[in-house]
Amino acid sequence: MGFWRQRMRRSLDNLSLEVEDGEVFGFLGPNGAGKTTTLKLLMSLIFPTAGTARVRGKPIDDVRMHREIGYLPEQPYFYDYLTGRELLDYYARLFGFGSAERRERVTRFLKRVGLADAADVQLRKFSKGMLQRVGIAQAIVHDPQVIFLDEPMSGLDPVGRREVRDIIHDLKREGRTVFFSTHILSDAEMLCDRVGVLVGGKLQGVGAPGELVSMEVYAMEILFELREGCALPSSLDKRAKQVGGRYRAELPEDELYQALEELRSCEARILSVTPLRPTLEDYFFKLVGRDESATRSKEVASR
Amino acid sequence: MSAIPGVVAINTFREAVRDRVMYNLILFALMMMGAAILVGEISIGISRLVIINLGLSAISIFGLVMAIFIGVGLVYKEMEKRTLYSLLAKPVRRWEFLVGKFGGLLLTLTVNTLLMMLGLAAALFYVSREFLRADATILVAVYFTLLELALVTALALFFSCFSSPMLSTMFTLGIYVAGFFSSDIRGIGMVTHNPAMQATARAISYLLPNFRNFNVISAAAHGDAIPFTLIWQNTVYAALYVALVLMAASAVFSGRNLK
Repeated sequence: MGFWRQRMRRSLDNLSLEVEDGEVFGFLGPNGAGKTTTLKLLMSLIFPTAGTARVRGKPIDDVRMHREIGYLPEQPYFYDYLTGRELLDYYARLFGFGSAERRERVTRFLKRVGLADAADVQLRKFSKGMLQRVGIAQAIVHDPQVIFLDEPMSGLDPVGRREVRDIIHDLKREGRTVFFSTHILSDAEMLCDRVGVLVGGKLQGVGAPGELVSMEVYAMEILFELREGCALPSSLDKRAKQVGGRYRAELPEDELYQALEELRSCEARILSVTPLRPTLEDYFFKLVGRDESATRSKEVASR
Repeated sequence: MSAIPGVVAINTFREAVRDRVMYNLILFALMMMGAAILVGEISIGISRLVIINLGLSAISIFGLVMAIFIGVGLVYKEMEKRTLYSLLAKPVRRWEFLVGKFGGLLLTLTVNTLLMMLGLAAALFYVSREFLRADATILVAVYFTLLELALVTALALFFSCFSSPMLSTMFTLGIYVAGFFSSDIRGIGMVTHNPAMQATARAISYLLPNFRNFNVISAAAHGDAIPFTLIWQNTVYAALYVALVLMAASAVFSGRNLK
């Protein structure tokens, strides 16, 4: 990094994307794909070398546009000397709400993200999950029409993830547009009307999750326990790995039923049978190929 | 008029208070108490002079240290901790944020300075058991210190828009020291007889803030009246200078990519 000028690196290349009113749009991509950069551009935190963007018809450099949007940064960090209530009150003040309305909104939104009990705790004592929640609350405290969330589920435990998913569902039900970035495919599958996939700064595809990412099951996973003194059935002999007191085996779908029969005949306890689908990472490797992807990112970086 | 700078300023003030910035007052109070007791022992005639001199100098130095060290971190901290991200996603223009941060620190410095002034008044009353009419000059000296602190804060804020806190501290301190000698710099130009040098020296001396005009501590200690012209001249000068520096800071900061 230079003193006056930062070194230039192409993070996004020819990104052209349209998000419909009222839809939940998932912005997918591996780490470093340019998802956060896109969101920062839309928030005017950084500036593009070329190109334009509009949100609800307003150019992104129009400060009035910011009245209609909410934004949760990646790994959010807030003023840790404030309490959750004070933080939301501060942000609500920036929208010019009167004191009675602020009080009502702050209480309502803290409750909505499950922080009603921690409202008067300083943010320095918040866990990562709590920070994420207060981050979502500050993004929606002014009832924006469009909400941008950068990795909203990161750092959350399963309960927290579900709560965030519920909030996004609720926002959609209220007719709001949600644009969120993630690298976790399951989040996108559960929530999104459409997704856009970004790899190496380029948009590789846009569409409904089912259309875009192959939802084909590539293997079945069986989790089971054997009765004492029982040997592994022959079909699973080489495939099963012991983890703790349990066995885990991955096998093709057409061999599943035979394996289950064998397990039943030796009275094994079957704990779960799960279809395995490609992860987003698998999908990317399939899409561009590992080597090709590396070459592309090198090309992008050196341009 | 936008209300946003005010909202940002109040939060900045709250941050300073919660970060226990005002703890410096304890040190100041101890110093004034110690001085009041000591001068009572050693110098009956000049005790007022010593107390006023010491008190006003301490007010200025304490304020200066706060203005520079907090000032250079005002923007940097928000960028480094990325608290600025969620703030600038709200309907907040970057210049409104800067003016708010400036206002917040100035408010902190004002409250801090006024509390120190009360400490000085208490020490003064302790050593002489009375207030004189001439002591009103102390108020003017404190007011000038505040103007000076506003200038220093604006400069620290300006530098922190494009450089690290350490460099910003060095730049601000450098300008502060150079600002004391701005009239000398013009004098140096005049003795060279070189028109180009003279013009450069004059330009530099006009560009640098003239801090010497704000220092009336000695006059205040002796109870000399401060001409009214100097009061309004300093006020207008500081207001214009601060406005220009903040405009420059806004221009730099508005185009900056936040990493």
